[in-house]
Amino acid sequence: MSATAETVDKVKDLTADKYKYGFSTDIEMEFAPKGLNEDIVRFISAKKKEPEWMLEWRLKAYRHWLTMETPNWAKVGYPEINYQDVYYYAAPKNMEDGPKSLDEVDPELLKTYEKLGIPLREQELLAGVVAVDAVFDSVSVATTYKAKLTEMGVVFCSISEAVREYPEMVKKYLGSVVPYSDNYFATLNCAVFTDGSFVYVPKGLRCPMELSTYFRINAENTGQFERTLIIADEGAYVSYLEGCTAPQRDENQLHAAVVELVTLENAEIKYSTVQNWYPGDETGKGGIYNFVTKRGACRGANSKISWTQVETGSAITWKYPSCILQGDNSVGEFYSVAITNNAQQADTGTKMIHLGKNTRSTIISKGISAGRADNTYRGLVKVMPKADGARNFTQCDSLLIGDKCGAHTVPYIESRNPSARVEHEATTSKISDDQLFYCMQRGLSAEDAVGVIVNGFCKEVMKNLPMEFAVEAQKLIGISLEGSVG
Amino acid sequence: MSLLKIENLHAAIDGKEILRGIDLEIGPGEIHAIMGPNGSGKSTLSYVLAGRPGYDVTAGSVTFQGKDLLALEANERANEGIFLAFQYPVEIPGVAGMTFLRESYNAKLRYQGEAEADAMQFLKMVRAKAKTLNMNDDMLKRPVNVGFSGGEKKRNEILQMAVLEPTLAVLDETDSGLDIDALKLVSEGVNALRSADRSMLIITHYQRLLNYIQPDHVHVLAHGRVQRSGGRELALELEANGYAEYAEEAA
Repeated sequence: MSATAETVDKVKDLTADKYKYGFSTDIEMEFAPKGLNEDIVRFISAKKKEPEWMLEWRLKAYRHWLTMETPNWAKVGYPEINYQDVYYYAAPKNMEDGPKSLDEVDPELLKTYEKLGIPLREQELLAGVVAVDAVFDSVSVATTYKAKLTEMGVVFCSISEAVREYPEMVKKYLGSVVPYSDNYFATLNCAVFTDGSFVYVPKGLRCPMELSTYFRINAENTGQFERTLIIADEGAYVSYLEGCTAPQRDENQLHAAVVELVTLENAEIKYSTVQNWYPGDETGKGGIYNFVTKRGACRGANSKISWTQVETGSAITWKYPSCILQGDNSVGEFYSVAITNNAQQADTGTKMIHLGKNTRSTIISKGISAGRADNTYRGLVKVMPKADGARNFTQCDSLLIGDKCGAHTVPYIESRNPSARVEHEATTSKISDDQLFYCMQRGLSAEDAVGVIVNGFCKEVMKNLPMEFAVEAQKLIGISLEGSVG
Repeated sequence: MSLLKIENLHAAIDGKEILRGIDLEIGPGEIHAIMGPNGSGKSTLSYVLAGRPGYDVTAGSVTFQGKDLLALEANERANEGIFLAFQYPVEIPGVAGMTFLRESYNAKLRYQGEAEADAMQFLKMVRAKAKTLNMNDDMLKRPVNVGFSGGEKKRNEILQMAVLEPTLAVLDETDSGLDIDALKLVSEGVNALRSADRSMLIITHYQRLLNYIQPDHVHVLAHGRVQRSGGRELALELEANGYAEYAEEAA
């Protein structure tokens, strides 16, 4: 059995049931004291053994953050976050020096991965297609396939390692797409980010493996501040998968990640996410707050960045994976499925900024609301004066299940070039009683029927997911909507 | 023993009584036709049998293969072997016909405690059955009923019936909206499914369909009750005289 099949099987096992990831691993944590000040920023930097320039950058961000205010334009509501009541650093204690191999990894931790369906040990043994840079809380504990990737010249490591090993590259690109002063949550991330992935694909290489990171929030009260930076050099291609699960808990957890993508001439990055963080109980209690800044820059001509996301988890999702289409003829794509059930709130969409000539962008957004959930698509298509011949096509479809949920579409279109062509289509529909009865008359349970109908609704997005993810995502859609009918 | 036994069935929708004491018995392998004017309760009867939400059974009983049918959910009734060919088949955007068939087929297997079907063998089986209904692969790839013509929708219903192999098939005005060629094709499909262990309840306004699918018994439904029962000749009589004599019995 190949590693992919293995992973798919594990994922199947995992997703066959309701939210199963409600467990917490008992590992001694080494916390930084609660709260945020310059000392904490220095503590994190020291823990990461960072060079001076990195610390300076963090401090610059922190000082700027102090002058900023929480954005309140999104259609989400939550109690004010007390940033002094959050831990900003938590590492599994015996990971302090970093394991040299899986044998050195805490068995408890390996068990956790087992439950999450990441067969690291098997993957190392079996010939694989997916390399996993597994992030457990804040420290990357294991990276597989590294050797193989290194051979091809691909760098795939934790961002902390990259800061130490590839400082020139990190200096050049970190903050170049999402500047330290970008927005409240991104700026906070710049100050206190703890770990995440770094990828560099060299000129002309089409990375044959899909790179994958499984994020997982584990320590109670610990904010997660992941930082991901992916660079595809001229003519390079890489597909990156990000998947998330989290254990059940009672207190809301803050998550503010930043992902930066850079494509040079003729390069392409395909970034896929399945986000399944704990959404909270039926009242929303205990769910994750997910405030993410994801942005890609198509720097070179003919380059392409494609975001595909399936968002089913979190109590609050605030996320707008965007593309800056700088190079002539560059292409940006955003395919999104956002599912909200019970008390979940999602305000998500994208920004497509057309700077270069003949740049093209496609936005396909599918929002599904059930229970008392609120689901907002918020998108910006901006065509700058020099973007002759720019084109955009946007399609936003909303599906409502029940009569207590909400769907909203907020498209902003700004065109400063008369040759640009921007199209926007939007629909809102409901799962009809006729459809449900029709499916049930053919033998499907009410929940399976909803799963089938919703998967059909999302098809245009789902088909863009890599195989490994498509299986997981389809099941997830069904699980996320359990209890929404009948 | 009868396969389906309906006794004194009363049902209402939004408080309005539509079925007012239906008695009907169908034996294994028998084909029954129910005819009647508009608003007589024909479609209501089919929905009540299939378990459509929104219909309140206020009195009476329905026994299917010895089980209390009314106590089962719609999907359980389907998996017990009841199939309703819809008068207006429903569109399910984005869901390929083949996927929908497989989901339905596997639901039944799971219900019976059996393993799910082998994907390749299932594909072959469906293709073979589709061919007899003049349905090509393209139709199986298209989303369920989306953009289908009236005739295609009805053929699709019969294909689902052929795949799911019900014990009792209820055909609700399967002839409506069909031209003569489509009617022939659909009827041939239905006739091919006739067997000693499959019963059918055919609901129609017109005797025309019954020229193609010949029933063993014909019932006239009006005002929520079976007014008369007989053999095939009853259908011909109705064709000649219309439903006028039943209209007079207005409640």
